[in-house]
Amino acid sequence: MWKFDKRAGDVLVWALVLTAPFWLPALGSYVELGTRVVIYALAAMALNFLLGYTGVLSFGHAAYFGLGAYGTALTIKYLCPSTPVGMLAGTVLGTAAAALIGPLIARLRGVYFAMCTIAFGQVFYFIAFQWRSLTGGDDGVSAWHRMPLDLGFTTIDILNNNKAFYYFCVLVLAASAAAMAYLLRSPFGRTLLAIRENERRARFLGIPVDRHIWMSWVISCFFVSVAGTLFTLMNDFVDPRAVRWDQSGNFVIMAVLGGMRSFWGPLIGAAIFLILQDYVSSHTENWMSFVGLFFVLIVLFFPRGVLGLIRRKSAS
Amino acid sequence: MSLLKVENVSKRFGELVAVNDVSMTVEPGELRAVIGPNGAGKTTFFNMISGFLTQTSGRIIFDGDDISNLLPARRVWRGIARTFQITEVFPELTARENLRIAVEVAAGYRVRTRLSRDADSEVKARVTDLLDMSGLIDKADRLVGELSHGDQRATEIMMALALKPRLLLLDEPTAGMGDQETYDIAQLIRKLHKDQKLSIVLIEHDMRVVFHLADRIMVLAEGMMLAEGTPQEIARNEAVQEAYLGKAA
Repeated sequence: MWKFDKRAGDVLVWALVLTAPFWLPALGSYVELGTRVVIYALAAMALNFLLGYTGVLSFGHAAYFGLGAYGTALTIKYLCPSTPVGMLAGTVLGTAAAALIGPLIARLRGVYFAMCTIAFGQVFYFIAFQWRSLTGGDDGVSAWHRMPLDLGFTTIDILNNNKAFYYFCVLVLAASAAAMAYLLRSPFGRTLLAIRENERRARFLGIPVDRHIWMSWVISCFFVSVAGTLFTLMNDFVDPRAVRWDQSGNFVIMAVLGGMRSFWGPLIGAAIFLILQDYVSSHTENWMSFVGLFFVLIVLFFPRGVLGLIRRKSAS
Repeated sequence: MSLLKVENVSKRFGELVAVNDVSMTVEPGELRAVIGPNGAGKTTFFNMISGFLTQTSGRIIFDGDDISNLLPARRVWRGIARTFQITEVFPELTARENLRIAVEVAAGYRVRTRLSRDADSEVKARVTDLLDMSGLIDKADRLVGELSHGDQRATEIMMALALKPRLLLLDEPTAGMGDQETYDIAQLIRKLHKDQKLSIVLIEHDMRVVFHLADRIMVLAEGMMLAEGTPQEIARNEAVQEAYLGKAA
């Protein structure tokens, strides 16, 4: 019987991701869909660092995704027309906001934590919506575009070459995934698993649980900010929808759909979500109903998500 | 100097006085049992020592320092480790991983993102030692949630021990166990007490275990201290027999 090997899974994921721009058009799709999957996969994996590996559910990650996006867009438009500088500014902005808000919510658990993350998330949504002079309000930040990457000896044209931009996003995803995997395999990462598994035991081993949840939250928000910077670069545009609560909900759906106990689960979830969206929305406006139905079925029958299902099949 | 001094602690939950003005002194190397009928306030008493609950009044002195208002994690850092009446482990991790987390935290590596090769092998060796001592070595790589109740208990005790505590608090270590498992756990506790000179306070319902292990026994009833003394004294105490042993027999 075919056995699901973890390393084989990694190889398969990377083979698919690295070749996507070549087979996606052949399937009648387009490279940008792949780019979107990669960016949302990073956001969902970042959320899952907190949800799947620390056991804490955030419904407000769109705020930090959005701060990353706005920070990048505004920096490139007004301050410095450079892609890396814009990304750096966006990431710093998102992470700093998360670090400041973290202590206010790190003591809360379960529904209370989730509610407060939504509340703080909506604060940023309304700022983006109301502060017209800076953010353009409902119209968003437009009339700018990402800049080609100048490496000194050569220039990579991520602006006009959509494959180049795709691989740039894959590179960022790979670096982020490697960093998260590294953290999770460290003593620090194991304290997060301990908190997920049994908070009381973790506390009575001498782990200052609230402080570690704060750290996990900041790390998670850091990576979701990075995803936000890529998101705005992809669109050459950002508006308040990037920050809205339903965006946070989408990250959670992706992580749960793919399997939040699997490292690559959120990536699979993001792919399923966005392909469904792309396909169904070309037939009906109510594409969300189908995604919702699919989500409910997965949660009801395969609570470990799609990857969890594959694991179980191959283990039996 | 006494290792632990509990001075006149009380705990109220609204109208209910769960623990009423109880004091206890534990000397280094002592094994103290706390017994009493259900609802006597034993676990509440324990929870105040470990910091799980804050006392309404009274003080807790550990090794000369007032720890009455310290958070649980800080009490652990000072050397107080505990187990729970209902086993608290990391069910979806293996026994080895459970112990590894405890060993790493105890070694001060909780925020490290990497370990040197030496540190890593030291941690692994210590985990193997603990697995050996508890007889869990054959089941080390199975998920703790799939192990028997007795093995889960043993895992929890070894996790507490991994912290190299100076005082170990065991809340009904043999609860829900068969005779063989009870015997094994009792032998393990005895070994820790006799060989490693570990100071232990345990709550226990099994009188064979209590009288076999304890240096001194404290009896609680309805939140108050009924008696305290050596096992012989407690066995002879009429108030105890009436309130507790009499009923149990």
